[in-house]
Amino acid sequence: MQPDSLTFIFLDAFLINNFVLAMFLGLCPFLGVSGKLETASRMGMAVVFVMLVSSTCAFGINALLIRFELEFLRLICYIAVIASAVQLVEMTIKKFSPVLFRSLGIFLPLITTNCAILGLALFQTNREYDFIQCLAYSLGAGAGFTLALILMAGLREKLELADTPDVCTGAALALTLGGLLSLAFMGFAGLGG
Amino acid sequence: MSRNPGTASPTPPRSMALIGTLGGIAMMSGLLVATTFQLTRERILQNRREALERAVFKVLPEATGRRSFFLNEEGLQALPDDALGQASLYAGYDDSGALTGVAIEGSARGYQDVVKVLYGYSLERECITGMTVLQSSETPGLGDRVETDPAFQANFECLDARLNPESTALVHEIVTVKHGKKTDSWQIDAISGATVTSTAVGRALQQSASEILPLLHRYEAALYENTAEERTSP
Amino acid sequence: MMKDPRAPEALSWSVFTQGIWRDNPVFVMLLGLCPALAVSNTASNALAMGLATTFVLLCSGVLVSLLRKVIPKQVRIASYIIVIATFVTIVDYAIQAISLELYKALGAFIQLIVVNCIILGRAEAYASKNHVINAFVNALGMGVGFTFAMLCLGVVREVLGSGTLFGVSLFGPDFQPWAVFVLPPGGFFILAFWLFLFAVLKKRKQVRMAGRQPKSETEKEVARAT
Repeated sequence: MQPDSLTFIFLDAFLINNFVLAMFLGLCPFLGVSGKLETASRMGMAVVFVMLVSSTCAFGINALLIRFELEFLRLICYIAVIASAVQLVEMTIKKFSPVLFRSLGIFLPLITTNCAILGLALFQTNREYDFIQCLAYSLGAGAGFTLALILMAGLREKLELADTPDVCTGAALALTLGGLLSLAFMGFAGLGG
Repeated sequence: MSRNPGTASPTPPRSMALIGTLGGIAMMSGLLVATTFQLTRERILQNRREALERAVFKVLPEATGRRSFFLNEEGLQALPDDALGQASLYAGYDDSGALTGVAIEGSARGYQDVVKVLYGYSLERECITGMTVLQSSETPGLGDRVETDPAFQANFECLDARLNPESTALVHEIVTVKHGKKTDSWQIDAISGATVTSTAVGRALQQSASEILPLLHRYEAALYENTAEERTSP
Repeated sequence: MMKDPRAPEALSWSVFTQGIWRDNPVFVMLLGLCPALAVSNTASNALAMGLATTFVLLCSGVLVSLLRKVIPKQVRIASYIIVIATFVTIVDYAIQAISLELYKALGAFIQLIVVNCIILGRAEAYASKNHVINAFVNALGMGVGFTFAMLCLGVVREVLGSGTLFGVSLFGPDFQPWAVFVLPPGGFFILAFWLFLFAVLKKRKQVRMAGRQPKSETEKEVARAT
């Protein structure tokens, strides 16, 4: 598979260099929101949407900054754009689906400090993707994030019924699970030639 | 946040105050960042130049000076020293100004991410004389041994990269073979257990050499026109 | 600690130490995990990241504290984020100027300091309500705590995963390094291990403290009975 092809870029963000399990981005929601399968999948969908919007805006802003040779303002502009994108998504969801808005609750504003979104913008800038590649990359990243979240939620739901010693509960257990998932995902390295 | 019931609720600030504060902070931040950028720019360029020279002199051991060139279909153009990003290749010269070899970049997808290499090429001997890794995120202890393993590096003492008589392509494709199976001088013996990364190095060299070397031979005269003042010292 | 939340905290030793142990940002509050796991594959990277984050914590804490009376409530988060992003950009360029190799090792994670929840959290919870000196000391404590946590992770991962410490080979060339620890799964496992260790120590301490109580109670009853 060609390294620049859209399929490969998608697979790269989705499986090979999964944002959560290989790049360590988006760990706060990964540990905090993965208690229940349903909240996990909803958070994942919100993140996919925000990623697509942020990716597009970041691409546009970067083009402008390069045009005016103001690259040093990149970080500040990106974070401002992401915060605004999250705000926009929140308002849109509130208007079109109040039910969804209520179930997502606090999670939406939390996405602003989600390193996955800023990481996505920074990585796609470093790799100098064009617009369609950026979209493929952000879709893959969002899907990968959702996948990791759903896997984790499924595991944790099952674990609640198991008999674990009480020193092991909570974050230590979640992190060990994360480590095992990460180990499993390492098997995807080298995928696509 | 509970409010003290004693005080009356404050009037919300006017939009001008909000915009003014944000604008003020934004201006101050812009000023700080722009100043830092200006102050550090020289040093950063210097660092990049030094890192590049270290890599170039590693693959062209006899060279003491280097120049950057840009190569495309139309010809070979010398570049000023500052143009770090646009160079296609770097020519190495010894103390007397004679050309010792050329350093070229190549890259290919490895196990985890892209592997970028810089290799030295000698025009007289028509072979690759050295290879160093510029960038890699391969598995530590396995894939990253391509940088350090002496047996792997020995592949590049004189890796055959001859051009056919018309100078349009390599006579033999550079290819990575399994560890211990090397029979010809244009093959690279892979590191056992790090096949993917070794193959990536082979592919990077093959792709770059097949593209650049024919063009280089066509315009190689430009490499020999150098004046004493333009040589950079190590 | 029950206190009047409106009163600014007096400067005391605990303002500094709370960030190191009691409210350690990584081990207790579980904030800032992204850089903690990503950059702790060697001890020197961990140290550099810890110092860079401390720098941003200090500068942004001081600036937010200085401007706390000026920033209206409605735009405070946006202002804090701009301030933090400014200092992160400064650190980014500073590291590039100091050492290109360090910059390549830390990669994009320097810029990701911006979304490190510790910094925004501290700005919102402490620096915006306290005097500059307090804010500075608290930020320093948090930074030291974060760097300490980073070093805990980095040292273990480097020693087990490459057999070196700060680049110095410890066990000689025949040591078979446990490579998984410098890879992503290792980060997860080592942090889980440290949390597990702290939980065990905490439980032991609780058991010891609880073990003393009933004794004195029964002694009191015995004393009353006789």
